[in-house]
Amino acid sequence: MKVLYFAWLKQKIGLAEEEVTLPAGVSDVAGLLDWLAARSPRHQEALARRSVVRVAVNQRYARPDCPVRPQDEVALFPPVTGG
Amino acid sequence: MIRVQEADFDIGVELARFASGDRGVGGVACFVGLVRDMAEGKPISAMTLEHYPGMTEKMLAETEAEARRRWPLADCLVIHRYGRLRPGERIVLVATASAHRRAALEACQFLIDWLKTQAPFWKLEESPSGEARWVEAKESDDRATERWRGARAD
Repeated sequence: MKVLYFAWLKQKIGLAEEEVTLPAGVSDVAGLLDWLAARSPRHQEALARRSVVRVAVNQRYARPDCPVRPQDEVALFPPVTGG
Repeated sequence: MIRVQEADFDIGVELARFASGDRGVGGVACFVGLVRDMAEGKPISAMTLEHYPGMTEKMLAETEAEARRRWPLADCLVIHRYGRLRPGERIVLVATASAHRRAALEACQFLIDWLKTQAPFWKLEESPSGEARWVEAKESDDRATERWRGARAD
């Protein structure tokens, strides 16, 4: 799975994107965030405040119960501030 | 039409070309967003707009489609820039054309309100001393978007 990070999530984690192999048992957005948070102290810190982390699966906003599959592109980012 | 670009745009050129040739258009409304030199009482020397290529275009196209469902628009244009911008520089242009002013004005406001909370852009502000800070999303922007939920033109 391709995971992308934007804005301060990218800075805190130190990566713009990473390729990850989902373990069995990770099947939705909430599970993916828990699993990503455990990858490193930087991930953990960046993902500590879940209320300010937005998730897109295949470039569509996704809720915590949205399913994720190995071929998906998942993006994590803060609330948007365009315009 | 949606354009996401690093380059500046010329408002005069864009508006002159916009909806031209359609004699059924009675009004064009537009909004231009600019970089301010202050944020929350502190001076800003530059602002960098980051975005999510692909999803940005998709969300803006969906916002345009929603505006066209709600109002009888003859044409619709959104240009949004990314990259490092200085105070006074243009960030975004929204233009709408319709037979009558009300649809054009309302759709224009809807588009800028909606894209602020939907399109994946993030602003990084730099102070003159070199400090950089990510702009936080405003609740007032969420409320502005919320206002349009369920709202329809007559």
